[in-house]
Amino acid sequence: MSSPIDLVVQTISEKINPIDVKIINNQIEVIIESSRIISSFQFLKDSSKCQFRQLTDIAGVDYPDRENRFEVVYHLLSFKNNLRLRVKIFIDEGSSIDSLTSVFPCANWFEREAFDMYGIQFNDHPDLRRILTDYGFEGYPLRKDFPLTGNVEVRYNEIEKKIVYEPVKLQQDYRHFDIQSPWEGTTYKEEEKDSNG
Amino acid sequence: MAESKTVTVNFGPVHPAAHGVLRLILDLDGEVVERADPHIGLLHRGTEKLIETKTYLQAIPYFDRLDYVAPMNQEHAFALAIEKLMNVEVPKRGQYIRVLFSEIGRLLSHLLNVTTTAMDVGAMTPITWGFDEREKLLDFYEEVSGSRFHANYFRAGGVHQDLPDGLLEKINNFCLSFPKVVDDMETLLTENRIFKQRNVDIGKISKEEAVDNGFSGFVLRASGVPWDLRRSQPYDSYEDFDFKVPVGKNGDCYDRYLCQIDEMRESVNIMTQCINNMPSGEVINRETKIAPPKRADMKESMEAIIHHFKFFTEGFHVPEGEIYTAVEAPKGEFGVYLISDNTSRPYRCKIRAPGFAHLQAFNLLSKGHLLADVPAILGSLAIVFGEVDR
Repeated sequence: MSSPIDLVVQTISEKINPIDVKIINNQIEVIIESSRIISSFQFLKDSSKCQFRQLTDIAGVDYPDRENRFEVVYHLLSFKNNLRLRVKIFIDEGSSIDSLTSVFPCANWFEREAFDMYGIQFNDHPDLRRILTDYGFEGYPLRKDFPLTGNVEVRYNEIEKKIVYEPVKLQQDYRHFDIQSPWEGTTYKEEEKDSNG
Repeated sequence: MAESKTVTVNFGPVHPAAHGVLRLILDLDGEVVERADPHIGLLHRGTEKLIETKTYLQAIPYFDRLDYVAPMNQEHAFALAIEKLMNVEVPKRGQYIRVLFSEIGRLLSHLLNVTTTAMDVGAMTPITWGFDEREKLLDFYEEVSGSRFHANYFRAGGVHQDLPDGLLEKINNFCLSFPKVVDDMETLLTENRIFKQRNVDIGKISKEEAVDNGFSGFVLRASGVPWDLRRSQPYDSYEDFDFKVPVGKNGDCYDRYLCQIDEMRESVNIMTQCINNMPSGEVINRETKIAPPKRADMKESMEAIIHHFKFFTEGFHVPEGEIYTAVEAPKGEFGVYLISDNTSRPYRCKIRAPGFAHLQAFNLLSKGHLLADVPAILGSLAIVFGEVDR
């Protein structure tokens, strides 16, 4: 008799027509096309062999060098089979994918987070607002091209008697050590000025 | 013209019953909640972004600051993720110490949550008793790690250092005296008329809804789903321990309270087993280069000095791969989705916080209840904003 993990892999590759199925570190990973998302997840949730009843998490991942820049990674859990499943969808910067909120209600905030952090658009999402960042925040912080320090800083302006947003001013460069060569430290703003004359 | 009867109230972000920095927009019809819209992110620190720029070793302290009520449980998930990617075994003693301190974390979390929730609904005494016990537990944290809250004690491959002499005895004494405190606390709450009026049938959620809404931990179990990662997907040495998984029936605030109380008893049980069966030996895997060399070795061996230097500057490299690991944190399933690219820094580290999913269902839970029930429901979910906002 085959183990539940093999059975699930077999069912998935037969029924939802994925781009790829593999087992990595004892976890199943499935890559599907973004157009088939709703039907695939509905199947994974309802099929008696899979029964992935719970959506645990949605994560965005950014690979700026790839043609399809973003990966949207869904983690599902089956209580019945005691199995986890990772479903991946690749999309590029301009395109959007369908929201899973109709299948899993908890996708709501997870998708809002992916939108907030990466700017991934979800179609038919009931309430696609930013979730973790500030009101009126601009940019997508977890993209690899977003600076670690952010673009604006906040302070209380004594004269205007209110909080103001200003572009980040760093007294010293962010110490991003190249860890392959631990001997070279950071360069300071003052030194830069000197060397530029 | 008929006038709308709803009143919109801004609850928080600095409200003592909000357990942190939650801003709730409540639409009220009289005293009845028609819609609750939680605005979160006021404690967002960009943990995931910061971790991408740190070595694996430097990333561990960030996990203390997620659910700061039970810091070591978070570190545990991250340590497990690295170990799985690197295929590293943890020595038995290291595993037992991690189990011991995970259970201490569970007590820390439940003690805080049960007692503050009780205070939100009017019971003043439990918090004074509960925090007394928390203080003792935090002393144990301090003895092993040097700090009371932000421990930074768990490492990939084990724990940072061995237990100091006499600590196991102290923890054992605690385990002997603690069940009495739980009993005393129960005399104040469990059959208390006011406490029951405030909690029974409040914030009820069915089995199916709880699963659909991504619930985990005691909140899921209170709805009647017997699911505990320590039991179903054992990590470290949880399979060695004999413990019960308390399951509720009704899925209301009262059942969530009862589940937490019973879990505290089970945690003490696990801790006692841990102390009685504590193996000897190393606490961290020293065969691979995942741990720093011993001081004594560095006095004699050049290799050890080089390793020490490289370890703390460059850090250890984790082979390319990705993994999702989850632990049964006090509040539910705490997961880490780690992507490594064969450098000494994570490429991506997604943190799955249980409170995020629980708070998401807040509208569902509080709809149709009175405004006064909002703090009771919020408290019963054990929301901590460190992990919700990340």
